[in-house]
Amino acid sequence: MIEVNRKGEVWVFAEQEAGHLSEVPLELLSKGRELADQLGVPLAAVLVGSKVRPLCATLAQHGADLIYLAEDGVLTHYQTASYTRVVCDLITAYKPQICLFGATAIGRDLAPTVASAMKCGLTADCTDLQIGDHTDPQTKEHIAKLLLQIRPAFGGNIIATIVNPHRWPQMATVREGVMRMTVAEAGRTGKTIKFPVNLAGLDLPTEVVESQRRAKKVNLKGARIIVAGGAGVGSRDAFRLIWDLANILGGAVGGSRAAVDLGYVDHDHQVGQTGTTVRPALYICCGVSGAVQHRAGMQESAKILAINIDKDAPIFGVAHYGIVGDLNEVIPRMIKSIRSGASLSDAVTGASKA
Amino acid sequence: MGYSCVVCVKQVPDTKRITGQAMKEDGTVNRAALPAIFNPEDLNALEAALRVRDQHGGTVTVIAMGLPAACDVLRDSLFRGADRAILITDRRAAASDTLATSYILSCAIRKLTPDLVFCGRQAIDGDTAQVGPQLAEKLGYTLVTYLEELELDGRTARVKRNIGNGYERVRSRLPALFTVMETANHPRPPALLKVMKAKKARAPVEIAKAVDGALGASATAEAKAAETAHRCAEMQARKLLITQWNLDDIEADLGWCGGAGSPTKVHRIQSIVLAGGDYKEFPPTEAGIASLIGELIQDHTIG
Ligand SMILES: Cc1cc2nc3c(=O)[nH]c(=O)nc-3n(C[C@H](O)[C@H](O)[C@H](O)COP(=O)(O)OP(=O)(O)OC[C@H]3O[C@@H](n4cnc5c(N)ncnc54)[C@H](O)[C@@H]3O)c2cc1C
Repeated sequence: MIEVNRKGEVWVFAEQEAGHLSEVPLELLSKGRELADQLGVPLAAVLVGSKVRPLCATLAQHGADLIYLAEDGVLTHYQTASYTRVVCDLITAYKPQICLFGATAIGRDLAPTVASAMKCGLTADCTDLQIGDHTDPQTKEHIAKLLLQIRPAFGGNIIATIVNPHRWPQMATVREGVMRMTVAEAGRTGKTIKFPVNLAGLDLPTEVVESQRRAKKVNLKGARIIVAGGAGVGSRDAFRLIWDLANILGGAVGGSRAAVDLGYVDHDHQVGQTGTTVRPALYICCGVSGAVQHRAGMQESAKILAINIDKDAPIFGVAHYGIVGDLNEVIPRMIKSIRSGASLSDAVTGASKA
Repeated sequence: MGYSCVVCVKQVPDTKRITGQAMKEDGTVNRAALPAIFNPEDLNALEAALRVRDQHGGTVTVIAMGLPAACDVLRDSLFRGADRAILITDRRAAASDTLATSYILSCAIRKLTPDLVFCGRQAIDGDTAQVGPQLAEKLGYTLVTYLEELELDGRTARVKRNIGNGYERVRSRLPALFTVMETANHPRPPALLKVMKAKKARAPVEIAKAVDGALGASATAEAKAAETAHRCAEMQARKLLITQWNLDDIEADLGWCGGAGSPTKVHRIQSIVLAGGDYKEFPPTEAGIASLIGELIQDHTIG
């Protein structure tokens, strides 16, 4: 644990594998930039590995003012013990106020271990991060400018906002695709600070014998938002609409078995009894009738939005939101509406007047 | 020689059946209002431990921290083949976040000095996947997350880990803590003979409650305490007493337990429960769609 340090920086753990940055740290830098600006402190990336210096430029272009570079041959592969030691040493040395990690296989191994070692709080899988004030309900103590860590809980049935008022750093993990990545700024540079790695006396308890990674296929189980298409989409070409909507929402693409059988989308994407069972925060199904075998794989989603031309389609029986209409008109309108985020508040007030 | 195994199991509210009434004013969960189940991946953790014992010998001890009702998952564990069950229950442990929970569990597990600790990868109520790694850190055990296959050879564990976009095979030194994936195994069902035997297993807190009911309001506290002690001894002799520890029994520092030991605090809770079936309809017009998108952004579902 470190004391509350109002001058502390905002940190993003720059997860990399074999010298390649995943998208999460870049997404986190975009969010981190906002938070750091609101707090008036620098944004830093923490880059741990071996021969990873070339990544510093990318991190700067995505918003990092500072890059803490911790390089050592021992750090070639991610290992809980070695990475925890380095990250904890960095936190102790520089006392950041916020540390963000991707909620990846590595991030969900490293962040809790670091939080335990530092005896500070950690909020998993945040879907939004804001700066705001907090008043303790018991002591009435008012604390300004804390990190508000917003996350769904209970299978997506509630949204909790968590704060970490006293024992810093304020730590959170965020899933891939949740924060929107801003475009890299070509000329932007940052300052690299080389951190002396000290792993003396560390006898690594684990040895990686084999590591197999396949090119990223669809990860329906981990997706927070899924846009699924059914036979009603009509063709493989028209399925482009489903991909477009999923992309703009940072979600994954799913399909009914009919859509798979018709060749609109690959079997990897099938949701249902003989496909993948999913429980995302939001499941949008377009042109899916809602056969029981399909419902079995998606009805536990926190929110279901059904778009179907047939008002009696069974899918509406499990939906929370419904649009009765032609998906070829509805989806482009949704994409347009999401793009024009600015007009949203009008839309909301407009709707409440209507 | 065999391995001594500890499995951490949790009783969780069945998140599939949550309604808005399940939340209390202060933002914590009213667990009493929900059906409670065995956290699914903890069953996989239990199965992994039982297989180690079947293959190499040793013991499997299950630990649950929570309200006395958590005895249900402990009994269920006994039905499936666990050798011993321990309940950690203490009012002062209420409102523990993952850091405080892992601290309390570490104090209990330290008393048992197992070779192997198994946790489910995550619990379906919080989905944080934090307690396993934090418990390993506190115990100083080797952490191996996302276990799918396990082979033991002396003081070395060979594990296949599911890392999402592939797998990794590692060799880790014992003592170790594993977090177990749903894909690791198929949990065995309760065995009839074990159910017949262990269905009467009770923790002291449950026995005290039964005595309270049986002796009624007229009996003195002393009489009740004496009767409870008597029944506990009897259960102990029949090997049906579930071990019960409070924070003093495990020598926990209260400053690291419960609300005091939890750095994270709830700032706000919003319920977003909607009943399926009576869905909210939006017209397929531009305005209708814009108001739907606005609503989804406002409640942080998208955006
Ligand atoms: C053993 C078994 C296992 C199965 N497993 C699975 C499984 O895992 N997953 C699965 O999905 N299915 C599974 N099925 C198949 C399932 O029974 C259904 O046949 C299938 O889900 C139907 O897919 P669909 O809804 O896309 O197609 P359809 O039932 O043909 O529905 C198409 C829908 O699109 C709507 N529509 C048409 N045009 C438009 C438009 N322009 N705009 C909007 N809406 C439009 C229609 O009104 C209709 O409701 C299984 C079946 C069996 C027997």
